Amino acid sequence: MPLYILRRVLYVLPVAIGVSIICFLLVHLAPGDPLTAVMPIDATAEQQAEMRRAYGFDQPLPIQYGIWLWKVLHGDLGNSIATGRPVLAEVRRAVGNTLILASVATVIGFTFGTFFGFVAGYFRNSPLDKAASALSVFGVSVPHYWLGIVLVIIFSAQLGWLPPTGAGPDGSGNWRPDLEHLRYIILPAITMSVIPMGIIARTVRALVAEILAQEFVQALRAKGLSEWGVFKHVVTNAAPTALAVMGLQLGYLLGGSILIETVFAWPGTGFLLNAAIFQRDLPLLQGTILVLAMFFVMLNLVVDVFQTALDPRIQRS
Amino acid sequence: MAAIADALTRVPVKASRGYWTGVVARLARDPTAMVALTIILVIVAAAILAPLIAPADPYKGSMIRRLRPIGFPGYPLGSDELGRDMLTRLIYGGRLSLFIGVAPVICAFVIGSSVGIFAGYLGGRINTLLMRIIDVFFAFPSVLLAIALSGALGAGIFNSIVSLTIVFVPQIARVAESVTTQIRSRDYVEAARISGAGPVTIVRVHVLGNVLGPIFVYATGLISVSMILASGLSFLGLGVKPPDPEWGLMLNTLRTAIYTQPLVAALPGVMIFLTSISFNLFSDGLRSAMEVKQ
Amino acid sequence: MSMIRESDRSRIPKLAADPQDRGGPGTPLLSVGGLIKHFGRTTGLLSQGRSVVRAVDGIDFEVAKGETLGIVGESGCGKSTTARLIMQIIVPDAGDILFDGEEVGSHALSLGEFRQQAQMVFQDSYSSLNPRLTVEDTIAFGPRVHGLSRRTAIARAHDLLHRVGLEPSRFAGCYPHEISGGQRQRVNIARSLALEPRLLILDEAVSALDKSVEAQVLNLLLDLKEEFGLTFIFISHDLNVVRFMSDRVMVMYLGKVAEVGPAESILALPRHPYTQALLASMPSMDPDNRTQEAPVSGDPPNPINPPSGCRFHPRCKVVATLCAHSEPAPHDVGAGHLAACHLANPESGHPRLAAA
Repeated sequence: MPLYILRRVLYVLPVAIGVSIICFLLVHLAPGDPLTAVMPIDATAEQQAEMRRAYGFDQPLPIQYGIWLWKVLHGDLGNSIATGRPVLAEVRRAVGNTLILASVATVIGFTFGTFFGFVAGYFRNSPLDKAASALSVFGVSVPHYWLGIVLVIIFSAQLGWLPPTGAGPDGSGNWRPDLEHLRYIILPAITMSVIPMGIIARTVRALVAEILAQEFVQALRAKGLSEWGVFKHVVTNAAPTALAVMGLQLGYLLGGSILIETVFAWPGTGFLLNAAIFQRDLPLLQGTILVLAMFFVMLNLVVDVFQTALDPRIQRS
Repeated sequence: MAAIADALTRVPVKASRGYWTGVVARLARDPTAMVALTIILVIVAAAILAPLIAPADPYKGSMIRRLRPIGFPGYPLGSDELGRDMLTRLIYGGRLSLFIGVAPVICAFVIGSSVGIFAGYLGGRINTLLMRIIDVFFAFPSVLLAIALSGALGAGIFNSIVSLTIVFVPQIARVAESVTTQIRSRDYVEAARISGAGPVTIVRVHVLGNVLGPIFVYATGLISVSMILASGLSFLGLGVKPPDPEWGLMLNTLRTAIYTQPLVAALPGVMIFLTSISFNLFSDGLRSAMEVKQ
Repeated sequence: MSMIRESDRSRIPKLAADPQDRGGPGTPLLSVGGLIKHFGRTTGLLSQGRSVVRAVDGIDFEVAKGETLGIVGESGCGKSTTARLIMQIIVPDAGDILFDGEEVGSHALSLGEFRQQAQMVFQDSYSSLNPRLTVEDTIAFGPRVHGLSRRTAIARAHDLLHRVGLEPSRFAGCYPHEISGGQRQRVNIARSLALEPRLLILDEAVSALDKSVEAQVLNLLLDLKEEFGLTFIFISHDLNVVRFMSDRVMVMYLGKVAEVGPAESILALPRHPYTQALLASMPSMDPDNRTQEAPVSGDPPNPINPPSGCRFHPRCKVVATLCAHSEPAPHDVGAGHLAACHLANPESGHPRLAAA
């Protein structure tokens, strides 16, 4: 088992390097002189030359990558052009908010998704199944940013129950788990939960239906095991994959939060990305993406190892 | 003995029909898939015939007739924040929305299938190398990658299509590689090799026909995601630029109207939703129709 | 060393003058020497050592023109791998394969030429047919690859369908899922004959069929063999079928030849303990002849770590210390019958020989 973990970690290394290469190349993808991407417009000629040397833009690409990577590993992601502050600081601040939102959304999505999925899988082809399946198709087909707008229209504009944007009453930068801030997280979290709910419902339904159809379940029933016992069996068998999917969904939400955060002006990494794009603040863009991508890679690794720990079959291979 | 001999030379009961004929027949009997297909065809037809059926000019606004509600005389679905007729904008919007949604999937299908089939058929080290490279792209959540690429490349229709293609190629390539690897070890492929056929012939005659089907189904499922993503990019301002009509962009520019004309503001999203869910349901139906095996 | 005696050769059906014949009646159609294939398996990224599957570990045999060589053995003995090595689907690690006296893949006989002369019929009738091609297209594929026009190839396909007992007017346009298992196997046979080969390898070709269908297909194969002057290698785990079909039989165990010789000789008087056990394990129709004890003890073999010395020694009833140390070479016990057992060799020093 530890050998397996080691292998998975070793496998992740080349992937992580590949990810860093792509992030590095992003700046160079942008049309125009990469220097203008990392510098304020009003820099003087000497400042430009200095920056050019500091960033190593006159060096061949692989060396530039090396310099950049070296800095990154030391926590230096450059400075934001717009604010001048270190990128890492900005990202750190924003990541917390996004994590909270994504986690709450994942929990909501997982709870409802598992419930619908179980119902659909257990009562296969019944009207209950059709309804639950319809909900899950809805979940994966709805443009979540539109859903957010619709929810804002209903609950904020029309009914006035919930605030339309922001994470706190005074447009504060951070969300805190207290009563005041609770109202602010409801709409964004629900909106965000819809896609994972749909995917988890679909996955769980397929899993449950497949497990129930397997012969060993019939054998258990024939031996007189109660429905509750069978249910426990199904849960134990479905749990590893279901949890793995949930973990992956959390990862997707972390990376894909930009649309929801834009709709709700939620001060997370997505919002940061949005700002970075529109201000052509490439160091911020690059840094944020790198952090988010690495989060996702690590999350995948954790999910992978966790799933193996739970499922003895995979271990043996 | 005569009975056994008869059984061996027995005439097959059904008239012989090809695989795809069977798929189409099963699909035709699936009401959900047919409804979804109809909706798709209507939307596509409307988009193609836009100049003929749209009542007004999508670019022509009127400062005094801004944000009129649905059903207002002369504006069947209301007017937007610049006084342009919504119905016209929605119909014309279908053109761009469908284009930026479908084009990346088509490009990714071609590129991804080629890479995947190539890797899957050759196997070995080349396969491992190619798949590892693809794994790197999988290390990004799709939305993040799309936005990263779009953000770096800049706004515009072409750029957003390129970004989305890059996002989808790894997914399709993975499916293609997986299916090709399965087919490659089938006995009939070995039999073809024994017949002396070269790899190109084998791929053309034996592999492609059996592999493109599942990849195609996957790709149709991808369209619904692509439409949401593509419109999402425009929503963020990274795709289509104003004043061109596109559903995602319209959703963005109408955000200020959610207090005054909420229904009108929500309309473009309805179109995205409708198209996306139709593609999704059709794709599910197609998969079911193709899965039936004797 | 030829394993086929002169007197045996005269019993083998005479071939009609074969235009493809190069070596003459004395040359075996297939001659395999020292064939080895190991499959390496790494046990992990940080592999502490490769576990190697010794699928085929040095075998020699010949197949005379016009005869049927049956190959028997349990799963894992290497018979299917041997078939694939002969067909060059897998590349051997070592060994020679001579076809009609010429080395396959050499200047004298290119792989393409060999492919036209040797064909194979697989076990699974369904997965050996492309579900997207009609029956006639499947059969015509080989000829078309070799340059025949579509019309000629289809005509040949129809002719072959007729010869295997499937009426072309009804079956030519069918798809594999529309016909039965026995019919599919007939299609497979027709396909294998499409290139007019001289050697046909049948790898468990009837194992998946119902018994009644199996009988029909076996008789068809015998008829075709006669009609086309074919040579067969018939692989099976079913001794009854092998007995019915074969002129000579080769018994394989764990990648090695245990015993080889004329069919009646092997089946009536097996000299290798493994062959004896195989035969003893076949249930008899005679109620007085009940099997009282399990013929073979121990676990089925694992080709990754074969036993030292004689590979069968852990399960052998007559095992001696000698057997664990020294691997017996196939020894001629007369009439072209060879057995790889120390007991078959009077000079081996096996304790039971002295006692006899």
